[in-house]
This record gives sequence, C-alpha cells and structure tokens, in this order.
Amino acid sequence: MAKNFFDKIRPTFSEGGKLSWLHSSFDAFETFFFVPNRTTRKGGTHVKDCVDLKRLLIIVVIALVPALLFGIWNLGFQHSKVFGLGWGFWQMVWYGFVKIIPLYLVSYIVGLGIEFASAQMKGHEVSEGYLVSGFIIPLIVPVDVPWWMLAIAVAFAVIIGKEVFGGTGMNIWNPALLARAFLFFSYPSKMSGDSVWVGGLSKALAGGTPWKGGEVVDALSGATPLSHASLDGLSAAGTSVWNLFLGDIPGAVGETSVIAILIGALILVCTGVASWKIMCSSVLGALFVGWLGNVGGVTDIPCWEQLLLGGFAFGTVFMATDPVTSAQTECGKWIYGFLIGALCITVRLFNPGYPEGMMLAILLMNTFAPLIDHYVVSANVNRRLKRAKTV
Amino acid sequence: MSDQIRLKKGLDLPIAGAALCEVTKRVTPGLVAVKPTDFRGMVPRLLVKEGDSVKAGTPLFADKKNAEMVFCSPVGGTVDAIVRGDKRKLLEVRVKADGKNEAVKFDVPKISSLDKQGMTSLLLQCGVWPCLKQRPFGTVADPQADPKAIFISGMNTAPLGADRDFTLKDDLAAVQAGVDALGKLTKGGVHFSLSAENYAGSEFHKLSGVIFHQFSGPHPAGNVGVQINHISPINKGEVVWTVDLPLVAVIGRLFLKGVYDAHRTIAVAGPAAKNPSYVEVPAGVSMKDLSAYFEEGEVRIVSGDVLSGEAVGPDGFLGFYHDQVSVLKEGNYYEMFGWINPFRSKKFSASRAYPAFLRRKKYDMDTNENGGERPFLMNDVYGKVLPMDIYPLYLFKACLAEDPDKMEQLGIYEVIEEDVALCEYVCPSKIDIQNIVRKGIELMMKEM
Repeated sequence: MAKNFFDKIRPTFSEGGKLSWLHSSFDAFETFFFVPNRTTRKGGTHVKDCVDLKRLLIIVVIALVPALLFGIWNLGFQHSKVFGLGWGFWQMVWYGFVKIIPLYLVSYIVGLGIEFASAQMKGHEVSEGYLVSGFIIPLIVPVDVPWWMLAIAVAFAVIIGKEVFGGTGMNIWNPALLARAFLFFSYPSKMSGDSVWVGGLSKALAGGTPWKGGEVVDALSGATPLSHASLDGLSAAGTSVWNLFLGDIPGAVGETSVIAILIGALILVCTGVASWKIMCSSVLGALFVGWLGNVGGVTDIPCWEQLLLGGFAFGTVFMATDPVTSAQTECGKWIYGFLIGALCITVRLFNPGYPEGMMLAILLMNTFAPLIDHYVVSANVNRRLKRAKTV
Repeated sequence: MSDQIRLKKGLDLPIAGAALCEVTKRVTPGLVAVKPTDFRGMVPRLLVKEGDSVKAGTPLFADKKNAEMVFCSPVGGTVDAIVRGDKRKLLEVRVKADGKNEAVKFDVPKISSLDKQGMTSLLLQCGVWPCLKQRPFGTVADPQADPKAIFISGMNTAPLGADRDFTLKDDLAAVQAGVDALGKLTKGGVHFSLSAENYAGSEFHKLSGVIFHQFSGPHPAGNVGVQINHISPINKGEVVWTVDLPLVAVIGRLFLKGVYDAHRTIAVAGPAAKNPSYVEVPAGVSMKDLSAYFEEGEVRIVSGDVLSGEAVGPDGFLGFYHDQVSVLKEGNYYEMFGWINPFRSKKFSASRAYPAFLRRKKYDMDTNENGGERPFLMNDVYGKVLPMDIYPLYLFKACLAEDPDKMEQLGIYEVIEEDVALCEYVCPSKIDIQNIVRKGIELMMKEM
C-alpha cells in the first residue's frame, strides 16, 4: 500500500514534476520506508553488502536508548527527591517524559530542518548523520535549558559545525558536542552551577517560593557529584560508588548511569559500529592521569572512580567514537582515545573553573585527530620511501 | 622450501552457485570477439576489414604506440563485424568461426635457445604478449621495460572463481613451458604463489624453475597484487609483470604446439546460473553460446568475478583475461524497511550490524545496491578487507583530490581496481571505489 502511494506521488517529485525541487526530501522519506531499487553501477562491484548508513546509525540510536530510558526515570526521581514529593515510579517516568519530549522535538525539527534544506539546496540525498546527533543532544544538555537556546545551539552546530564544511562526513567537530559547547560558553549561567541539573530546580530557586505545596529539601543536593571532587565531598553529599554506577544522581539526562551506558557500549562493540580501541584507550588514559593525580596528592579519589563520574563514560562510548571526527587510522585511534581520557581527567584535577573536562577533551582531540592521522600516515609513506631507497 | 605468508584481512563472499568440479562441457566456437578495451593503455590500430578470412593467430589489430604488439584472432574464420562506440572508439572485433579452426603455424625455436630479446620478439609476433600485464597500473606489459620480477598467482580466491587445479589439470606441461619462457624475460625470477592449505595437493607444486610462495587467508589473498605487496612491493620507478595462470598455459602451448591457442576452461557460476559448471570455450566466447547456462528473466551476465568483472550482457563476449562468467539476478526491487529489519536473513553482510556473521550459508546475492550513496563516514571498514600495507581511505581521497604526489606516496603503484574491489563491496556509503581508483590510475598514467 505504501508502495503504491510512493509510486503515485513519485512523478510529482521527479524531474519535470511540479515539486521536483523537493526531490531530496521525497527521496529521504521514500528510502526511509523502502530500500531503493537501485542496482550496482558500471565499473564497480556487481554485488554489495547489505549494510548501509541507515542501519549503522540506527544501531547507535538503539545503543543510546538504555541511557535515555534511565535518564527519563532519573529526571523524575531527582525532582521528587529534591522537592520531597515522594512520587511513585510512573509519576517519575511521566515527569521525565514530559520534560524530555520538547527537547527532542526542538532538536529534530531544527536540526533535520536545516539538513533537509541544505540537501535540497545542493540537490543531494539527505544524509542520516543527524539522526544520531539529534538523539544525543537532549541527553547532554541541562533539562531546563530554554527551548530557544537549544534551537540556536542546534542551528549553530549543524550550520557552522557541519554544513559549512560540506555536510555529513566532512565535519571536524562532533556536532552534538558543539551544540553543548555553544550553550556552555554562550549561556554559562544556564549551563553550570549547582542548580541546573535537576528539573525544575533553577526555576524554583529563582522564583523564591519554590514549588506549590513543596519545599526544597536541600538545594545543594542538586549539584552533580563532580562538584564535590573529593572523597569526603562525595560521601558528605551522600553519594556512594554504587550511586555513581547506577546513576541515580543529578546530571545531564543521559550521562549519569554507567550501567545504561555500558549496555550501549556492549551493543556498539558487539555490532562493530563503534571502535573498541577508542573506548579502551580513553579508559586507559583516564586511569593513568587519575592514578598520577592520586599518587601526586592532587585528589583523593581513586583513579577508577573517575571513570564513573560526570560525563566521562557517555563521552567515551558515544562521542569520542564518532567515526567522522575521531582519528581514522587504527594506530591513531589508540593515541586519540588515550589523550581524550588523559585530558578529561587533567581538566578535572587541575582546573577549578571547569569541573567537567570531557566535552573540552573530546572537542580538542577532534581538532587534533587529523594531525595524529597525518603522522601515522606519514610513517606509512616514509616506510614506502625507505623501501624504495634500500632496494 | 617456500615462505609462508598468512593474511588475516579480507573476506570470502558466501555467494551461492559455485561450479561443480566434475563435469566439463565444451562449446564449439561460434562467434568470438577480441576487445581492445580489455587492454589498458593500448590504442588499437585495426589490421583487418569486415569479411577478411583469418586463422587462429592472425593479427586483428596492433598497438599504435608499438606496432610489434599484435592482438590475434583466437579462432579461424571470417571477420564478422567491427564494432565501434562513441567517437569511433574501437570496441570489438568479432570473428565468426568456420569450424575448421585453422591456425597460423609459427616457427618456434626451443625455449633454451632464446635470450630475452629473442623471447620478447617471439611472444610479440605470435600474439601472446598481451598475456603479460604490467604493474603499476595493470597495463599490457611494455616490451622495452626491464621487470624486477614476474609474478603468477596459482590460487584463485575470487568469489565463485575457477579452480585452476581443475581447469588446468591437463595443461601442466603447457604451464611448465609457459613459466620456462617467462623465466627468460627477467633476472628477478618467476614467483609462483600457492595456497598454503592446499600446497602439496596442488599439481602446480611440481613446477620447476619458479620461486614458490605460500599464502593463506580469505580473498583477496589470491590476487597477485596483494601477493606482490608481501613478496616484493613495487616502489617508484620499478616495474613488475604479472600473468594470469590460464594465460601462462596459452604461452606454453605456443612452444608445445607452435600455434596461438587461447582456449580455456571457464567456470559459469552464480546464483542465476543454471547448473553451474565448467565449460571449455574459445577465448572471447560469445555469451550467446553460453545462454543454456543462464536462467531466464532479468539477469546480469558478468565476464569475470562479481567484484571486479565486467557486465557484458547476453550479447557480450568473454574478456581476454577472464576465465569465469558470473550470473546474477538484477536487484531492481524495493524492500520495505529492509534497513531496520533485525535479521534480514536473505541478505549477507560482512559487518556485524546484521546477524549474518553467525550463519554459515550461501546467499543468493543480487545486484541491489542495498542503500543510497552517501559521503565517506565509516573509516575502519576498508582496512579490514585490504591485506596490504596501505591506508585505503587516504589513497581513495587522494584519488578523488586528483593529487598525483599524494597518490604516489600512499601507494597507487601497488594497487589496481581488483585489489580494492572488496573495499567497495563492504562500503556502507555505497561509494564507487573502483571507479575512483580507476580514475586515479588514468590520471597517473597521463602524468607519467
């Protein structure tokens, strides 16, 4: 039936049709429903693997779902806890659901809108790259971020971060992180501090009388555990290692639960969609600097606990492994991942201004990934030159 | 003893329809064609007219740049048609066999009595020289060049590829004569690669006068380009020659029988092949003569293997270098939600995004692209199927950027299209990688 519908409207969008200028959009919708009937071309392989970008990217989205589901519950849980509401499970889920849906709407409408428009302008097919970026963005921004800010951030990330470089596959920085960085530096008051990570809290504090019928039990418990960056601080805030691992703590929607992220990591590694090398080396890098900090007396947090804190796990699994912006060579991936982990913890330990280093570490290494690759590839080139000389 | 080289990267396509190694049938020569387009870097000068009568071994056309290099009719008969394409480009010279199969009798001296010069001019004169290909770039060998060595792959790992142990089992003497003759052309020796799994089982290990190497691993371990990369990689300024094993026998037959005899046993195989089997055919056989082996309906007939062969259609002809015809169903259908279907059990994927890697079965592959063309996104899929010391993605991008210096640095001399065909097969962005590399090679040839 759907086939007939597409067949019927195809002439309108084909060349010469009334809406032929909308061809890219038609194509995007059609290929969403149907794998196209195109056959392999002259001069190439006659058979092709059945994997395509849609499939690979949908796997990333599926891998993100556990983190999203946990985050939705956690939104309600934190809200209920801070305001002493004593909600049940479904009330918490409903609260989180209502909070997160507008963010997704803004993220996809603005982001995909720009992607469609730019594909339309260039006459390309619409690339699926934004499916993943758009899914990640609501998971890493504060849940109370005003929608217009999010819309501007998404527009910035897609236009300046991606389209000006030529679109999907050509970008230098991870678009989702770019959106977050844009918010972070443009609207610092909405993006950091003790109150932004629990839904409804900043509004309540600003309004003086917090919540109809409720009192803020303990405003400070809205701070993420990262802001108590010592063992004493953590235990004073009542955060145990188990809490960090499970993720029932304040923070960005997707980043708190290490368990949910590990499920996602398992999916990504088993399907081979994301590079396990980057994940491993990032963990190694973080452990190394965490250990140095521990031995050097900068912090009393054991190095392995650093892995559970803040956005480290989420960044390592879902953002450092972005195939476009990460290092492209296998050897380069080890260096790239290690430096991300190491830089993240370095920022955490030595920069009191920014308690979280993951975003900046990844963006910085995105910038340097081509340089790492350049040296790895140069080694190959030199090997070839040397071979020519010795023979 | 020979050295053993284990390759891990690559992929053996589980494609259905392999030819059974039992029955060999014979096609009596009808219409055959010699296609100048099979020979890269050669500009043809026609030597015959329509209606001329020719024998097997009569030159049909020669290379404009090197008049000595002639391309001969594989059968006796009359020139049926001369087919030209755009800008009068010569595409095919068709010869209709008369059934008598007369051949030009060449005066062939003993191999041992010839030096390099003598051997070269003999092979040129008798029309077997085009059997030699040259790397870099896969052109017909330049008779003036001094090759570092000559390489022959004794194993065929291409999907549904002909088993040369089977197809050449009665031609061992010709293969031996062929390698003896080739040995005269280079000081670097004739390198012969065999599968490590079946080293002693292969009759070819009895050959003398060659340097043996053993390779193990999935396709493209049998590609001579990959083998050269591991035995003695090609550097700037160097030249090596390669000969496909069935064509070594063609060279050998010249010395055994004194005639140009290019017949060969080919595998007709593939998911849309009727009774996939081995067939003895003249060189350049018409697909019409093989139509009994093709299923009805919309099928694609490929001269060569499914990865790097040429779609010739039901009226086409077998390529000069090919000993295989692959038959595939055209995949011009829509598949609802194919990309989101968790199992999709009828399609094969080498990636673990589908559970295909858990199944051990052969697939009826067709020519559907399975997706739309996208920019390069995944960066680690190409290296996994190219067992060479090369960064494929960087090489492809250098080709796209038309930057000869970069291409040279990144190893364009070491690959031709067939070596990167698997990269194209696995590419989730459905990019025409072989065409990119082809354009890169053509640019390099122009620059040099």
